[in-house]
Amino acid sequence: MKKVLGRIYILIIMLFLYLPIFALIVLSFNESKSMSVWGGFSLRWYQELFRSRIMMGAIANTFSIAILAALIATIVGTMAVLGMAAMKPRAQNVLLGLNNIPMLNADIVTGIALMLFFLMVRAPRGYMTILFSHATFCIPYVILSVRPRVNKNTDRLFEAALDLGASERYAFRKIVLPELRPGIMSGFLLSFTMSVDDFIITYFTRGAGINTISTLIYSEVKVGIRPSLFALSTIIFVVALVVLLTVNYRRDKAEKIRSAKPAL
Amino acid sequence: MIARKSYSIPFIIWIFAGTIIPLASIAYYGFTNREGNFTFDNIMAMFRGDHLQALGLSLLLAFISTLICLMLAFPMAMVLRESKYGKQGFLIFVIILPMWMNFLLRTMAWQVLLERQGVINALITAVGLPRQEMMNTPGAIVLGMVYDFLPFMILPIYNTVSKIDNHLIEAAYDLGATKSKVYTKVILPLSVPGIVSGITMVFIPALTTFVISNMLGGGKINLIGNIIEQEFTVNSNWYLGSGLSLVMMVFIILSMLMLQKFDKTGGANLI
Repeated sequence: MKKVLGRIYILIIMLFLYLPIFALIVLSFNESKSMSVWGGFSLRWYQELFRSRIMMGAIANTFSIAILAALIATIVGTMAVLGMAAMKPRAQNVLLGLNNIPMLNADIVTGIALMLFFLMVRAPRGYMTILFSHATFCIPYVILSVRPRVNKNTDRLFEAALDLGASERYAFRKIVLPELRPGIMSGFLLSFTMSVDDFIITYFTRGAGINTISTLIYSEVKVGIRPSLFALSTIIFVVALVVLLTVNYRRDKAEKIRSAKPAL
Repeated sequence: MIARKSYSIPFIIWIFAGTIIPLASIAYYGFTNREGNFTFDNIMAMFRGDHLQALGLSLLLAFISTLICLMLAFPMAMVLRESKYGKQGFLIFVIILPMWMNFLLRTMAWQVLLERQGVINALITAVGLPRQEMMNTPGAIVLGMVYDFLPFMILPIYNTVSKIDNHLIEAAYDLGATKSKVYTKVILPLSVPGIVSGITMVFIPALTTFVISNMLGGGKINLIGNIIEQEFTVNSNWYLGSGLSLVMMVFIILSMLMLQKFDKTGGANLI
C-alpha cells in the first residue's frame, strides 16, 4: 500500500515537472502558429530558428562567454586557493567570507551592483562587461570546489618530491595538479553551466546590441511567443538529456570498473 | 609550501572590482540624490504605498511558494530515500534534468499552458466548459515559482534525508514510538539542515524575481523585483533603485539570519 502511494506520488511530481516541457515539444512540431489548434506536423519552426541570424549570434555569444568565463574563473580561482594555502587562517577566513558574497547575494543585486560599477568607470557595456560579470560570479564556485583538494597531504607530497630532487615546476605538474584535477574540473563545469544558465546578471550588464540565449528569449517573449522558441526548447531539452545521460553512463561505468578491482 | 601568497592577488583584485566596489556603489547611490547630496529619501521611498504593497506581495508570494515547495519536496525526498539504489539514481536524474533547461523557457511553458488561447483552455473548451482566465493572477506567479524552484528544494532535503541512519529510526520504533512520533522527533529534526538550505534556495530567488512576475503576471502585478528593475531600465533612476535594493537586501539578510538559527551546522549544506 505504502509502495503504491509512493509510486503515485512520484508519478504526480513527474507529470508536474514534465507536462509543460512535453507541451512545448509537441507544439514545436505544430504547423499552425496557434497554441491551441493542431495544424499538422511540420519542421518549419526549426527552419525559422536556424535561419535567424540573431538567434545564431546569441547562441555563439552564450557559449563563447561561458567557455571564457569558466576558463578565467578556473585559473583565477585555482591560483587563489593555492595562494590562500600559504596564508594565516585569519586571512583565509576573511577572503572566504568575501568569496561567499556573490553566492549568497540575490542575482538582481549582483547585477545592479555590477551595472552601476560599469557606469561609474565608464566601461561601454557589451561582450566584455558580460564576460567580466560572469567570471565574477563563477570564481566563488571554483574556489569552493578546488579548496577541499588542497590539504596537508598535498603539501607533504610536494615537499617529498622536492626532497627527492624534483624541481618546483616538475613537482607542481606531477604532484599538485593531479591532486587538484577533480576539483578544477568540477569547478570549470559548474562555472560553465552557471554562465549558460544566467539571465538576470547578463540582463543588467549587457549593452543594447548584444544578446545571449537568455536575454533573447526574454525580449522575444515580451513581444509575443513565437513557435521557434518551442523549437529552441526542444533542442535544449534533447541536448541536456544526451549530455546528462552520457555523464551518468560514464560515471556508472567508471564505478563498475573501480568496484570490479580487488579491494586493497 | 606549494605556492606563494601572491598567487591570490588576481582573485583579491577581482573581489574588489567585481564585488566590493560594485556593492559600495549601490550603497553610495542609495544614500544620494540627483544633486549628489546625502539623503534618506531613497530608503524611505520603500514605505510609499505602491512600493510597500509590492514588497508585501513579494514576501507573501515567496512565502506561499516556499511553503508549497517544502510540502511537495519533503514527501518526495522520503519516497526517494526508500526506493532502491538504482531507481534512486534514475529519479534524481529525472529531477535534475529540467534544471538544465533555461528557466525562461520553463516559465514560458506555463504561459503557453495558462494563456487565454493556451493549451489548458483548449482542452477545457473542448469538453464544453467555459474559458478560464488563469494568466496575470498571483496564482499563476506562485505556480511559476513552484515549478521553477521545486528541484532546488527536493535535492538538498534528499541529500540530508538519505544520510539519516536507518538504525536510529528502527531504534525509535523498538522503543515504542508511533509513526508520527518517529517523523516529528527523529526524521524531521535530522533533516533540518537540508530544509534550511532548500528554503534559502527557493525563498530568496522567489522574493527577488522580476522575470516570473513579468511573464506570468503580464506586467500587471508588480513585485519588488519589478519595481527595482523598472527604476534601472525604464526610469533610469539609479538612486531610487539602489535605495530600494538596499532595503530588499536587509530583508534577504534578515531571512538568512532567521534560517541560520534553525540550522546548527551553520549553512555547511548550502551547496
